[in-house]
Amino acid sequence: MTTLTMVEAIRETLRAEMLRDERVILMGEDVGHLGGVFRATDGLRQQFGAQRVFDTPLAESVIAGSAVGLAISGLIPVFEMQFLGFSQNAFHQICQQIARTRFRTRGSHTCPITIRAPFGGNVRTPELHSDSMEPQYAQGTGLKVVMPSTAYDAKGLLASAIRDPDPVLFLEPLRGYRLVSDDVPDDDYTIEFGKLRVMREGDDITIVTWSASVPVVEQAVEQLVAEGINPHVVDLRTIVPLDEAGLVAAVEKTGRCVVVHESPAAAGFGAEVITLLQEQAFYSLQAPLKRVTAPDAPYPPPGIEGHYIPSSELVVRAVRETLID
Amino acid sequence: MSDALSPQFKPAAKSVAPHKLLGPKGKLLGTAKAPMTDAQALEALRLMMLGRAFDTKCFSLQRQGKIGTFAPLHGQEASIVGSAMALNPESDWVVPQYRETPALLRQGYPLEQIILYRQGHPHGGFVPDGIKVLQFQISLAAQIPHAVGLAWGMQLQQQDGVSVAYFGDGSSSEGDFHESCNLAGVLKAPVIFLLQNNQWAISTPREIQSAASDLAARAPGYGFPGISVDGNDLFAVYQATAEAVTRARAGKGPTLIECHTYRMWAHTTADDPSRYVDEKEEKRWGTRDPIDRVQRYLADSGNWSDDKAKAWEAEIADEIQSAFDNAAKVPPAGPEALYEHVFETPTSTLNRQRAAHLQEQ
Ligand SMILES: Cc1ncc(C[n+]2csc(CCOP(=O)(O)OP(=O)(O)O)c2C)c(N)n1
Repeated sequence: MTTLTMVEAIRETLRAEMLRDERVILMGEDVGHLGGVFRATDGLRQQFGAQRVFDTPLAESVIAGSAVGLAISGLIPVFEMQFLGFSQNAFHQICQQIARTRFRTRGSHTCPITIRAPFGGNVRTPELHSDSMEPQYAQGTGLKVVMPSTAYDAKGLLASAIRDPDPVLFLEPLRGYRLVSDDVPDDDYTIEFGKLRVMREGDDITIVTWSASVPVVEQAVEQLVAEGINPHVVDLRTIVPLDEAGLVAAVEKTGRCVVVHESPAAAGFGAEVITLLQEQAFYSLQAPLKRVTAPDAPYPPPGIEGHYIPSSELVVRAVRETLID
Repeated sequence: MSDALSPQFKPAAKSVAPHKLLGPKGKLLGTAKAPMTDAQALEALRLMMLGRAFDTKCFSLQRQGKIGTFAPLHGQEASIVGSAMALNPESDWVVPQYRETPALLRQGYPLEQIILYRQGHPHGGFVPDGIKVLQFQISLAAQIPHAVGLAWGMQLQQQDGVSVAYFGDGSSSEGDFHESCNLAGVLKAPVIFLLQNNQWAISTPREIQSAASDLAARAPGYGFPGISVDGNDLFAVYQATAEAVTRARAGKGPTLIECHTYRMWAHTTADDPSRYVDEKEEKRWGTRDPIDRVQRYLADSGNWSDDKAKAWEAEIADEIQSAFDNAAKVPPAGPEALYEHVFETPTSTLNRQRAAHLQEQ
């Protein structure tokens, strides 16, 4: 067991997977010599050589598109989008090509590709870097969307992603890269997709969240507990596949639910969660379901991003309102 | 006052003459030598005739509502087949756009698959094991990065294969084309960019796609050579592709080949070219038919005759008919096909949706 930051856990998992399977190759902008702008691939080019860790030209679409051909040729590409905010330059290749290759060819060609992308705010990056775009990719039918919030989960979920026969978008919360650290077993392990993590048992209200919003919710929970409220808290870990049964059970337990995420509200993944609960947990509900999200406004300049991202105060307020109903 | 700086890199004032070997009357031009044997020319001719006969038949079936919208290859047979003939189907990949039926057939892809594809049957997307082709690509230029990835993958695994990406003049305006050329140049990837300039992208003429004098002239900007060939000349296309393949196998990197050809039929079965095509221009290109000149060439050496033409036409019609018969044996697909091959193992969400849709318990 070693205490690792999230970015260290990601790096060590990449290393372990490259040692485990020589078909695994890394590619992306600045991932080689520099080791990535956040050092997620630091030292891997030195260890595995330029034949397995590539610095590519600055061109997101062909990074994603060439991964299709690399995969069909028999390799297992893991490519980095330097920031999720720029991944839409490759949106077509990711959602229409990578995600659909298995379906279009009736299983004759497949894309065991992992796409790593840091995302999320509160790190004072210049504009256009920070957007949480997971709902857009959740509709990339054929693509799995994985969103860890701890170093332990980052390791187990990334190992599963690289070994998955289908493409996986692995989203890394930028703010958590160095702020989040926890105990990570040194031995190999994987975490099955579509199994949520119960962060805290409670029976007053269920809070559903994932990835970058997990630390916000943890802060809110401290406050709520101090007020004598006992929340049940779950981290979805993967939004595709979604742990439908786990989610329904978690909400049936308390009859109340607040969903917290960092992307805007409209057609956000919270809308999907709430619809599912309406369909499958309706008769256990005791209060309207609530969302705490960013507004339906563009991600702002860093000077005011603290007002954009859901805060723990807003989560506490939403919980109180839901408990009154 | 200072002197104006003179740019070191200037656009060419006019386009270059494309390479040609075989004239429209079937005679080798000047001192040109045939780059293929008569046996190879016959193999190519057969594929060109099959491609044209198949698309002619499909066109009338589409009019009867029996198959869906598709893009016929008429006029482009030499650029499609001449390039495919330069490949080794055992090691090399064909990455098509959507008009390249005979190139796929040469790689060993079954004709009935293409029929199923045009019928809209999901199994039409299937690629049998070991056949080195990618599925048709409908999103323009999206296939070009895939071809670069295949070439790169073969290079990394020390295989000596090459990949050929087919695409049109319109597609060469897409970012994926330029990003692909750029990456392939850096990698020296064994890929051939086979640009079929058929003068049109639906109704948009070649001049509107680019101010470059030649589309092939863009290649040096990416650090590799470009070749301009008469795309209706089987021999010129074959020779240019064979040289590009040799370069690629030797580790010397990509080549961009621009085949100057003409789309003799509508863009697709849904198009009305009378709204934009200049009849005179179309007639002029009609005198440069790619099939006719190979037949004349072979007739000169006693390898082609009217009798042979009749016999081949009958054989080809049979071959197409039996492919349609085979396609008809594939059972129609039902709603369950929607849920297959989304993932290797369906998610619980998909299983729930499938059960509800099919009213399973
Ligand atoms: C990305 C994309 N944009 C638009 C279309 C619609 N479309 C289909 S074919 C076509 C013209 C293609 O021209 P070109 O690349 O020259 O090939 P050609 O059809 O002439 O062989 C267009 C605009 C498409 N299929 N994909």
